[in-house]
Amino acid sequence: MDSFYHLLDGFGTALTLTNLGWALLGCTLGTAIGVLPGLGPALTIALLLPITFKVDPTAAFILFAGIYYGAMYGGSTTSILLNTPGESASIVTALEGNKMARNGRGGAALATSAIGSFVAGTLGTLGIAFLAPIVVKLALGIWAADYFSLMVLAFVTASAVLGASVIRGLTSLFFGIWLGLIGVDLQTGQARFSFGLNELLDGINVIVVAVGLFAVGETLYVAARFRHGKDELIPLRGSLWMTKDEWKRSWKPWLRGTALGFPIGAMPAGGAEIPTFLSYYIERKLTAKPEEFGTVGAIEGVAGPEAANNASTAGVLVPMLTLGLPTSATAAVMLSAFQSYGINPGPLLFETQAALVWTLIASLVIGNFMLLVLNLPMIAVWVQLLKIPAPQLYAGILVFATIGTYGITQSWVDLVLLYTIGVIGYLMRRFDFPTGPVIIGMILGPLAEQSFRQAMTISAGDWTVFFTRPLSLTLLVLAALAIGGPYIYRWVRRPPLGGVE
Amino acid sequence: MPTDNPAPQQIVRGGGLQVGELLVALGALALAIVIFWQTQAINVSPIYAKVGPKVMPLIAAVGLGLLSIALIVSALRGGWQSEEERQTRPDWVALAWVVAGLTLNVALIDAAGFTVASVVMFVCVARAFNSRRPMRDALIAATFALVAYFGFAKTLTINIGGGIVEQAIEQAYGWLAGKMGL
Repeated sequence: MDSFYHLLDGFGTALTLTNLGWALLGCTLGTAIGVLPGLGPALTIALLLPITFKVDPTAAFILFAGIYYGAMYGGSTTSILLNTPGESASIVTALEGNKMARNGRGGAALATSAIGSFVAGTLGTLGIAFLAPIVVKLALGIWAADYFSLMVLAFVTASAVLGASVIRGLTSLFFGIWLGLIGVDLQTGQARFSFGLNELLDGINVIVVAVGLFAVGETLYVAARFRHGKDELIPLRGSLWMTKDEWKRSWKPWLRGTALGFPIGAMPAGGAEIPTFLSYYIERKLTAKPEEFGTVGAIEGVAGPEAANNASTAGVLVPMLTLGLPTSATAAVMLSAFQSYGINPGPLLFETQAALVWTLIASLVIGNFMLLVLNLPMIAVWVQLLKIPAPQLYAGILVFATIGTYGITQSWVDLVLLYTIGVIGYLMRRFDFPTGPVIIGMILGPLAEQSFRQAMTISAGDWTVFFTRPLSLTLLVLAALAIGGPYIYRWVRRPPLGGVE
Repeated sequence: MPTDNPAPQQIVRGGGLQVGELLVALGALALAIVIFWQTQAINVSPIYAKVGPKVMPLIAAVGLGLLSIALIVSALRGGWQSEEERQTRPDWVALAWVVAGLTLNVALIDAAGFTVASVVMFVCVARAFNSRRPMRDALIAATFALVAYFGFAKTLTINIGGGIVEQAIEQAYGWLAGKMGL
């Protein structure tokens, strides 16, 4: 029960007035950006990265964690009332939630999603507290070669399996890996891809890429199709208090969603899409009222996926903290925040930074309570936020994007880079390339290169080390299966040709 | 509705070659070639010959190259964009307004300072989203930019390019503070 005492210590630090203040700020900000279309947690944390030069790591991570969780709560409000899911993980919530809102049951949909998020978030956070030390024990025995293969697996699953297409996901990933290579190679001191520009010698800042893809690219995308359709904000109707029947229909989906979301999120593959869709299909199978699905909106179809979404959000923190392996864009940006403090997430983090980690986990539990209050009794405030007209909202987003980027170096070169990446981000949206893998590749690429070199140094330049270590081989086989699996499956399932050649 | 469509999973692609997708795929190929070419320019000292600074760049170049070929094949065979996305023609006027805003921002930020550059960009972007009241937008933008400048940037002490407006306000503030004996 070591974790238990560590966690108690963590609560001791997290419950100080200052840290509660940071948590409240993070949760409020997180909910706000979750509610606002066009802003997401990865972008917001990226914009706030300069704060790491000003405050101590505990405060910064409590703030970031609040934003990370809060965005998930806020995102569901937008999905339900506006039917424009800000993130792929809230697509499922929009399916049933928006139908419920259209049929005058928006209150119940918001309530089940907030309470479900709370249940899943709290259980998921406790899950981190108990799973992380176990992963740490396992991870202490892995070699550089295994670590490299683990990153290959994470690369593949995070970009290829979760998106619409393996090829486009991997294209985004390789683009990100290349962006991460730009600048002076720390091991040999050689400049790479600097194209003769001094500004590029230090590498491209992750803020520039995240803000370019998520803020500038998104604004261009929305502007290009703005006149084609209007989102309809559905006024909030229906009591926020769920009826007895609604409670009865919600609590099992919450628990099932949590049970699906946390383990899948905690795997090196990560991602919230798979568990939310799985949860949706399971609830649809198990419901007593299948006729409500897709028609008037079924509460199970909101409760389950929302819980799965939040539980996997918590799960993603397990590989991030214990292995230094981010599997979502937001986790990748948080990893770069750790790096900016000179802290390297990984198995040793729980020894060297025990106080920080356990305070962070404790403050996630506290943050969930805050978010429940922020998102239920105070929901009307956030609905007001949805009324900000698009012209001023997106213009404001771009002003903020500029502050965040120009503030780093006060160089117009960074701004040109920001806007160029924004145009690339627009094309990626337009041509259905996922943008998350770019950030993951950019942050994880240099780490992968580092462990690749370590492995090769240990093995005295023997390439086969990745295939002779059993763990490394297993991970690489899994990665290959993740890429090739769907193709093989399709080939096996191919209908017999019936004699026609 | 599934009942209206006899075989919804059988998406029939008409037309074969898709120009938009092909251009994107060729862009990816061009990038792969540039990466490969620039990798040759990296100096390698013989000490690091085994896993030198070129290995990862080569992996990136080859990987991106192979993927772009797959994309080209896909584009020639009817592309991958969803019908909805393909039918939606981008609003070039709106895009032009946003790009104009961004360009003016870069051009003005060093010379005229953050607030002026932000106001110009804000008005252009709002115009892209069909806002017809530039004066009101400019007023909102000025308030927003000044709050951001003095709130966000000054508390985090990140320098976001003070210009004439910012200096004037700081001088006025200093003068007022002096008058009031603060």
